[in-house]
Amino acid sequence: MVVGEGRAEMTIDEHPRAHSPGLVRRTVAMLRNRWRQLTSMRTALVLLFLLAAAAIPGALLPQRNLNTQAVDAYIAARPALGPVMDTLELFDVFASSWFTAIYVLLFVSLIGCLTPRLIEHGKALRAQPVRVPRNLTRLPLHHSGTLAGDPEKVIADIAPHLKGWRTVVRPEPDGALTLSAEKGYTREAGNLLFHFSLIGLLAAIAIGKLFGYEGSVIVIADNGPGFCNTSPAVYDSFRAGNSTDGTGLEPFCIRVKDFTADYLENGQAEMFTSNISYQSADDIAADTWRDYQLKVNEPLRLGDERIYLTGHGYAPEFTVTFPDGQTRTEALQFRPDDATTFLSSGALRFDPPGGTYATADERRRGQIAIEGLFAPTAQFNGNLLSSRFPELVDPAVAVDIYKGDTGLDTGIPQSIFSLDQEMINQGRLVKQDRVNLRPGESTTLSDGTLVRFDGAKEFANLQVGYDPAQRWVLVFAVTMMTGLLVSLVITRRRVWFRAHLGEHGLSRVDMGGLARTDHAGWGPEFQTLRSQIWPQTTPSDSETHDRETV
Amino acid sequence: MPIDDTLARWSDISFETAFVVYLLAAIAFLGQLASTRSAELHNMERLRTRVIAVTSTTPGRIPDAPRRVPSERMGRTGLGLVMVALTLHIGSIVLRGIATGRPPWGNMYEFVSVTCAAGILAGLIVLRSKQLRTLWLFVLVPTLILLFVAGTVLYADAAPVVPALQSYWLPVHVSIVSLGSGVFLISGVASALFLIRMKHPEASGSRMSRIVARLPSAQTLDILAYKTTIFAFPLFGVGVILGAIWAEAAWGRFWGWDPKETVSFITWIVYASYLHARATSGWRNTRAAWINIAGFVAMLFNLFIINMVVSGLHSYAGLN
Repeated sequence: MVVGEGRAEMTIDEHPRAHSPGLVRRTVAMLRNRWRQLTSMRTALVLLFLLAAAAIPGALLPQRNLNTQAVDAYIAARPALGPVMDTLELFDVFASSWFTAIYVLLFVSLIGCLTPRLIEHGKALRAQPVRVPRNLTRLPLHHSGTLAGDPEKVIADIAPHLKGWRTVVRPEPDGALTLSAEKGYTREAGNLLFHFSLIGLLAAIAIGKLFGYEGSVIVIADNGPGFCNTSPAVYDSFRAGNSTDGTGLEPFCIRVKDFTADYLENGQAEMFTSNISYQSADDIAADTWRDYQLKVNEPLRLGDERIYLTGHGYAPEFTVTFPDGQTRTEALQFRPDDATTFLSSGALRFDPPGGTYATADERRRGQIAIEGLFAPTAQFNGNLLSSRFPELVDPAVAVDIYKGDTGLDTGIPQSIFSLDQEMINQGRLVKQDRVNLRPGESTTLSDGTLVRFDGAKEFANLQVGYDPAQRWVLVFAVTMMTGLLVSLVITRRRVWFRAHLGEHGLSRVDMGGLARTDHAGWGPEFQTLRSQIWPQTTPSDSETHDRETV
Repeated sequence: MPIDDTLARWSDISFETAFVVYLLAAIAFLGQLASTRSAELHNMERLRTRVIAVTSTTPGRIPDAPRRVPSERMGRTGLGLVMVALTLHIGSIVLRGIATGRPPWGNMYEFVSVTCAAGILAGLIVLRSKQLRTLWLFVLVPTLILLFVAGTVLYADAAPVVPALQSYWLPVHVSIVSLGSGVFLISGVASALFLIRMKHPEASGSRMSRIVARLPSAQTLDILAYKTTIFAFPLFGVGVILGAIWAEAAWGRFWGWDPKETVSFITWIVYASYLHARATSGWRNTRAAWINIAGFVAMLFNLFIINMVVSGLHSYAGLN
């Protein structure tokens, strides 16, 4: 499946040997024919089309690797068709069995086609240019003329004009002397480089996917403890390749000192910046911290690990003063529901401190939970809170305050952004109050508990990526493009001369040229060569025909 | 950096003027195509006059100085108008760049405008021979449509770009992709006309074939399509690779099957198929041309549907 001179095409043997062969030979013949069919250009073309067509649903349908929620919503909206589409792996196109089958077949076809090409090219590099065709005037580019001297002298005079060409001089039985020259071998080399790089690229991507991982974590930007890359548990989400089990991660620690978002007047973000400090390798034992300014487009690179700033949001901080005077303060990230105004929603859960209640059961049923909305720049329509700007200008929360059992120790997982509705329905978590609060404002519950909104902190969403083969992907991409350029720019071309002894000490010389590739463009070079050998002629007064050029 | 509203307004005026001049150029080229037949008559006329002059019994009579035939005059006018329009067009792009203080290809309006300018510039280079001048009409019509859509539906006020786009990769990645897209436009037009020529051979004598006969030969169109593709194909490939390098810095991975990435992959494969088809017997002519057109359709799909309908990381249209 290599663009080239059509030699790569293999044809199926249409006429097998007449005498009936045994089963083994028939099987071998069948396998050989299947192999030839697979490595033929037509099959490769069909596979290329299939690959392109198979990728289309990956662009048009929601994909799990990009957005799981969108896939779930899509399936939920189509109760009949959705599950069928899911069975057909239409939501995991690029990990699906059929997509894999197509590209594996394509690459087998590619290797099957390239290996003989490589061997042949190796031979061609050592071989001499081919013999001169019998009739040079039949070639698309040819010229006939006379030159002074006998054939030996004429050919010797022509040779210096063919610098950089591979040439061979051969005598013919009728006394004529011929010169064959060929140039542009690098075209095939470029072609092979391109296709082998393609295989290398795929291999490097596969290795990266097997041994790489990707984790994301939210860190509140208050120079708190941050996180250390010790296990998948430190991440909010962690995706790893099949050969990575989460042990043996390269250790490093990150603290987020601050986060700044600059906005235009219309609310469009101008830049996100976060000052962080980190320690890796020997720093950890020495406990030294280094500073870095993390920005969009400017990740922190520690060896093969990369740390990105991928998102941000707000973490409202509340202080709960329990009836006995003990306080608990917590800031927790809210989920930004509106990407333009950063109106966010979330929930906090406060465990009463030891001593507030006499028994563990009382303590469990005395938890305080807060659920509601947060607006960085508040706008109230009556009591309804909304946000009109993404920056932290005039924050406010609109929250429901509950007391009771949050259900965290039931063993049933809960979202960190919302309370368990089932606990509320069962009356085990009872709403105490619904309030709008600005920083510093508080509300007192009937049992004397005071809930105060302290304000909000920024949080940064950090993503950690590890791909050990990434640089090889780049290397192969570069060699691939180099090979492609070489194979498209360079023309494999041949030029032949045949000199016969003529009268008056002159020789009759025929010159013919042929480009072995499927595009025109070496006509001008042929004419230049001709005018060097016959300086006095112009194309119009010679018999040159140039059917190739436009 | 604040936006210079005056310069931004001048950029818009320049864009609108360029559109009108392109339109005039298209009319001139339409005139050229329509008068090609009368040009043949005119040539015959001139030949006859010259014959009379030579055989005239009054030696020394100078025949009328040869005048340019109408079709050629129209063609030259059209070409001049294209150059004027392109100057205005590039002017509008440069002014927007100065007004916003960033590379002027940060949203779809700007991207389509730059792509069209790249296409016209490529046209001025590859269609410079007189023989290919009749193709200009067919390059200008899709360009005018794209510019019209850009100036109306896609138009976005001059504004800074979102943080993810603030990178030195923006000038590199987007300009290369838009240059490649512009050259693919010429290639797609050449292949479409090639198919029309193949469908209506001159020998058939039908009405359509007489009109089609005014176009360059099928072989010329085929070679034009091929030459532009082998220029744009590696360029587009480099653009995608640079995009992957940028994505590694901006989004945390070099390739993530984002819709835009997926359709770029499809487009690249379709053009690779075109090059392979050209080297496969039985696929060389019509089928290869269809594949080339499919490649251009994929480019357009990637530009409009992916940016405007499908949501992904490349949704920078600035349309909301």
